[in-house]
Amino acid sequence: MSHGAGAADLHHEERPELQHHFETPEQQFESGKFGMWVFLATEILLFGGLFCAYAVYRALHPEVFVYASLFLDRVLGGINTLVLICSSFTMAWGVRAAQLGQRRLLIVLLGLTILGGLGFMGIKYVEYEHKWKAGLLWGTHYRSQADGHALHHGDAGTEGHGVAPDGHAEPDGHASEPGAAAEQAAPDPRAGLPPAAAAALPPTVPVPEGRTFGDGENASLIPPAAVGPVGVRPPEPAEDDDDLARRLRNEPRNVHLFFGIYFTMTGLHALHVIVGMILIGYVMARAIRGDFGPRYFTPVDIVGLYWHLVDLIWIFLFPLLYLIE
Amino acid sequence: MTTLDASVPRPAQRPASDRDNYLTHARGFLSWAFTLDHKRIGVMYLVSTLGAFLLGGLLAMLIRTELLTPGPTVIDADTYNNVFTLHGAIMIFLFLIPVIPAALGNFVLPLMLGAKDVAFPRMNLLSYWIYATGGIMLLGVLLTGGLDTGWTFYTPYSTTTNTSVGLATLAVFILGFGNIFTGVNFITTIHKLRLPGQTWSKLPLFIWAQYATSVIQILATPVLGITVLLIFIERVMGVGIFDPNLGGDPVLYQHFFWFYSHPAVYIMVLPAMGVISELISVFSRKPIFGYKAIAGSSLAIAIVGFFVWGHHMFTSGQSNLAGTIFSILTYAVAIPSAIKVFNWVATMYKGNIRLDAPMIYALSFLWLFGIGGLTGLFLGNLGVDLHLHDTYFVVAHFHYVMVGGTLAAFLGALHYWWPKMFGRMYNEPLARICAVLVFLGFNLTFFVQFIAGTKGMPRRYFNYLPEFTVYHQISSAGAFLTGLAFFIILYYLLVSLVRGRPAPANPWGGATLEWQTTSPPHPHNFPEPPVLTGPYEFSALVFDEEVGGYVLRPERAGGAPSGAEGHR
Ligand SMILES: [Cu+2]
Repeated sequence: MSHGAGAADLHHEERPELQHHFETPEQQFESGKFGMWVFLATEILLFGGLFCAYAVYRALHPEVFVYASLFLDRVLGGINTLVLICSSFTMAWGVRAAQLGQRRLLIVLLGLTILGGLGFMGIKYVEYEHKWKAGLLWGTHYRSQADGHALHHGDAGTEGHGVAPDGHAEPDGHASEPGAAAEQAAPDPRAGLPPAAAAALPPTVPVPEGRTFGDGENASLIPPAAVGPVGVRPPEPAEDDDDLARRLRNEPRNVHLFFGIYFTMTGLHALHVIVGMILIGYVMARAIRGDFGPRYFTPVDIVGLYWHLVDLIWIFLFPLLYLIE
Repeated sequence: MTTLDASVPRPAQRPASDRDNYLTHARGFLSWAFTLDHKRIGVMYLVSTLGAFLLGGLLAMLIRTELLTPGPTVIDADTYNNVFTLHGAIMIFLFLIPVIPAALGNFVLPLMLGAKDVAFPRMNLLSYWIYATGGIMLLGVLLTGGLDTGWTFYTPYSTTTNTSVGLATLAVFILGFGNIFTGVNFITTIHKLRLPGQTWSKLPLFIWAQYATSVIQILATPVLGITVLLIFIERVMGVGIFDPNLGGDPVLYQHFFWFYSHPAVYIMVLPAMGVISELISVFSRKPIFGYKAIAGSSLAIAIVGFFVWGHHMFTSGQSNLAGTIFSILTYAVAIPSAIKVFNWVATMYKGNIRLDAPMIYALSFLWLFGIGGLTGLFLGNLGVDLHLHDTYFVVAHFHYVMVGGTLAAFLGALHYWWPKMFGRMYNEPLARICAVLVFLGFNLTFFVQFIAGTKGMPRRYFNYLPEFTVYHQISSAGAFLTGLAFFIILYYLLVSLVRGRPAPANPWGGATLEWQTTSPPHPHNFPEPPVLTGPYEFSALVFDEEVGGYVLRPERAGGAPSGAEGHR
């Protein structure tokens, strides 16, 4: 370093980690930490846009969110929340270990933190896979859930459902209803209508093809209230009908909107988890090299801040996506 | 430090040849590509943004040529759509947004703070390469199907057109991260790397403006990032968030987009205002009038600017209440802007005004920004906007603000700091002529567009009714005149690099710290620690015939304030 002279340069020679443009280690530490806080503000605004989209669509289509809440696994989401909170704890403890110069402990704690991140991603993978197979996806990839295939446990059930309009596995008791067999046999447009609606029409009235709303039990010529300006309430369920099955059949339009938001938000968050794990891995490599001690632990502290923010965002995502009703 | 003898030659008095400077310190392509020196990164930004400006300017010339006559003149309608889209996208994302903050700011900001570099030099280099990558990707749309959405990427057209929107949005997303990193870097630098004793009230106003700009950059850019990302995944994966066919809301896109893009106007114009504060004060040889008012109004603009985005959506089916609120808030932004203008005028009052080229640009800024700002009030008015929305009036308004404001300030700043950056003086008489030419050509181009707009000429149209021909032809003539002036400027600036008179450390008599180091500066900025003076304390300077520039008065150079003690 060719510049300047005096006390500051002596510092620089003693302390290889001090970059040339800082005067003191304290200035370098404070700058790093301050910069990370400023960057975290950016991250919050990045997710802020998505939270805003969430709020707008929740207000515009509340029925979509209520319906979609049937398909989110609170147990897995809850476990994931716990996993992340624990990894935040090990990270915070790691910063302390770095400050106290406990190198072995620091390495172990960083390793545990990465493990927490991996565990989170693993559980996320299980959830994503289930949604993928069940067609709980965004946009045009979304598959109607009215037949309840996503909730019928046993993954074998995910194929062959919801494709053929009549091939769906109805919850108990429906196969024996009068007219069900006729429905399957008749190729006429009335086929999509429930027996009650079909019976109400005089046999001479033609039913325009492709102009029915909903299918199965709820099919009607008149659009449902959530869609048409003068709609009808869906027919009351049979008395032996179970509550979940009825809710599943009352599928509103555009449920895919929820899953578009769900995958965007959790996907972006998962990306941050991956970046966080890479950063922690980098810090861990430096810790193994013995870079950190009471005099220098800036990277541990800064990466820790980032990791805590990633956790914090999940703390908001979890109730908004999993615990809504 | 306190022992510095006034008889010791200061850097400004040494001959230029024996000095180590940042340009000659290391040589070769790699020494630039991997440099961590904020000055070199600033120069790389400057060259890249000027390249983008050249390309965007040529596209502008093509637009004006096409519009010389109604109907097809030189290109067809589809090509025209591509040309005006790319003109807008290149000028905004690759030129106007980075040019003052990232190019000149990078060079000047640490110098003004008496710092050796920005807080995070590696992140600074990363910002540049992110910018370069995003820039190449944005230009890549030229080869991959073009882009015809307009720079605003409005849905649902942008999610259905078969032009290269995916690549363009990805480019904008990436460019955004370059801006964010620059913002984080500057905010941290201003907070943590100031010279000891340089309190917030002793910061140059350019720094205040950069600070306000950086705040907008870190808070608004991520929203743009997520917005264009949503467009990207909508196109690639079919997520229907903005697609009305799938229950999505295209107006939400407009909210998101303008939540960024209105503050982005201030990303472009606030640094320009910072430049003007410096220029007006230095070339009037008078301390800036109303320092606190100007500094505070920068922050006020930054904050209020976040709450006015709805004024772009008066005709998008927004509720009357929302429209009214946005209209009132839009009027409110005019207040801090006007505060600045009044203070600049008051600074000039009874000043000792010197009409060097930078000052001519500063005066053009006052005029052009004044017109641009005042016509903004027409557009911010709910009733009037219904008539003027999407007409040439809007085009003229934002070109007065963006070109008349930002570009004039940039040219002023470029001439002002050119001697510092490259150590050479340019041809001053020619520069003054060009400054006047730019001013005249610009007004010729855009003033008639106000008239055409009020008469109903819609923006972005390839064809027009014959009665608009005269306006378009005057406008095109003005554009060609401005274009000619830019080529002359480019010519004499390049010539100055080879044949220009070596610049003294302080040719203009600026009191901010960057003028205390050599021209061009030492690789580590200040070979000897700078003497902290007030940013507008012109009484501390005296003109030295021998040096050909200003130097600190001996009593100031000798008696360093105690605050500088222990620094370096
Ligand atoms: Cu605006």
